[in-house]
Amino acid sequence: MASIKKHKSTEMGLHDEVLTGRTQQVFFNPEEGENFFYHDAHKVDFNKRTEIDANNLECIDINRKINELMAKGYGTIVIKNPGSKHSIGVGILNKLNLIIEGSLGYFGIGSVDGPVVRISGRVGWSCAENMMAGKVVVEKNAGSCFGAAIRGGDLICKGSVGARSGIDMKGGTIIVGGDAGAFTGFMMQRGRIVILGDVGPNLGDSLYDGTIFVGGSIKSLGADAVEAELTDLDIAWLKRKIKVSEIDKKIDYKKITKIVSGKKLWNYDNLEPTERKGAI
Amino acid sequence: MVKKKNKKSIKKKAKSSNKKDHGIKTAREKMIGQHIGYRYDVNLLPDYNRLTPFLKKYIEHMGWDDLNWLEDVHMGYENGKPAVFDRNINGWVTTPPKLKLPKDQQDRDMIARELLIKFQMSSKHPLVVLKKAYKKFN
Repeated sequence: MASIKKHKSTEMGLHDEVLTGRTQQVFFNPEEGENFFYHDAHKVDFNKRTEIDANNLECIDINRKINELMAKGYGTIVIKNPGSKHSIGVGILNKLNLIIEGSLGYFGIGSVDGPVVRISGRVGWSCAENMMAGKVVVEKNAGSCFGAAIRGGDLICKGSVGARSGIDMKGGTIIVGGDAGAFTGFMMQRGRIVILGDVGPNLGDSLYDGTIFVGGSIKSLGADAVEAELTDLDIAWLKRKIKVSEIDKKIDYKKITKIVSGKKLWNYDNLEPTERKGAI
Repeated sequence: MVKKKNKKSIKKKAKSSNKKDHGIKTAREKMIGQHIGYRYDVNLLPDYNRLTPFLKKYIEHMGWDDLNWLEDVHMGYENGKPAVFDRNINGWVTTPPKLKLPKDQQDRDMIARELLIKFQMSSKHPLVVLKKAYKKFN
């Protein structure tokens, strides 16, 4: 077995250990009965609808109320007067139709896994941060770090977004109907970003993996971001995804630019000093 | 007699360790001593013509328009065996030994997606046990 004995890391005090991970045997039968929800998820009905007036409520009370209503089987919840409060609708690990009539502050709809969320107004920094699954649609503009570190699901902004959208994203799809700011897709590791408008400087800087599609102009590419050929599968996927995003815009799919990782930074340690200068 | 048995067991052990190392090729893999399962195209987009009936039903139940988070799920490898990565446990779930996989990566990915849903939604998923032990609030 390989070891890290002669590696530089041993000089830093790391011990010799084979990093094979822990094997856990879980006895699970792939043919067991059909179940589409998490073990302790609430059984909700989309036709059962209710409202929350958030006017005099703190964000923790709003989130607790959403959870209580899901436990009662409500599948459609409307939040009225959100007043741009921060951290509304976080940690929903259930299927749900959440409608927000107004705007959200920072970190709205964070760490969700499953719900379909519609926001009629704007959102502040880091909307849907760490989202796992589901669909979030923002009708107007979004602040910086839109979809920071998302891992799955569809995150849509019909307007424009600020800087560092999709920073550190590890999966999922971000779709922006308008323009995007600087460092879009910064340190992106996986997933897809679609910008239908123009993009600011350093697009896809330090891009490890994943794909960025841009409909408009690109101010400049970041380190290790390179242009790639748009395939038929890409176009078919884009057409279907734009339909899912509910963005009503005429798009010339053949004019879309596809950006991927040049994969130079994958082997950063092995690069010669002159090559490093070129990669950065 | 005893000596022969020992020899056999040593040979067997050597064979099994070789098997474990099977597929460890790159310098990075040699350094960490394990196979990097990320040996497939993570950017491969799903072909919706190959959706299985189970996945169609799942999409319908969740109220989504497409595969959603499952678009990023692919069939990879763990210790030379086909496996799918479960982000919730941060580990690989190997496919059942009897399962015959199709050659096409798109079809294999659909099976990976199906297997992952069944594993994650199972009452035997490791997170169910963890939640029981460490849950702080309802």
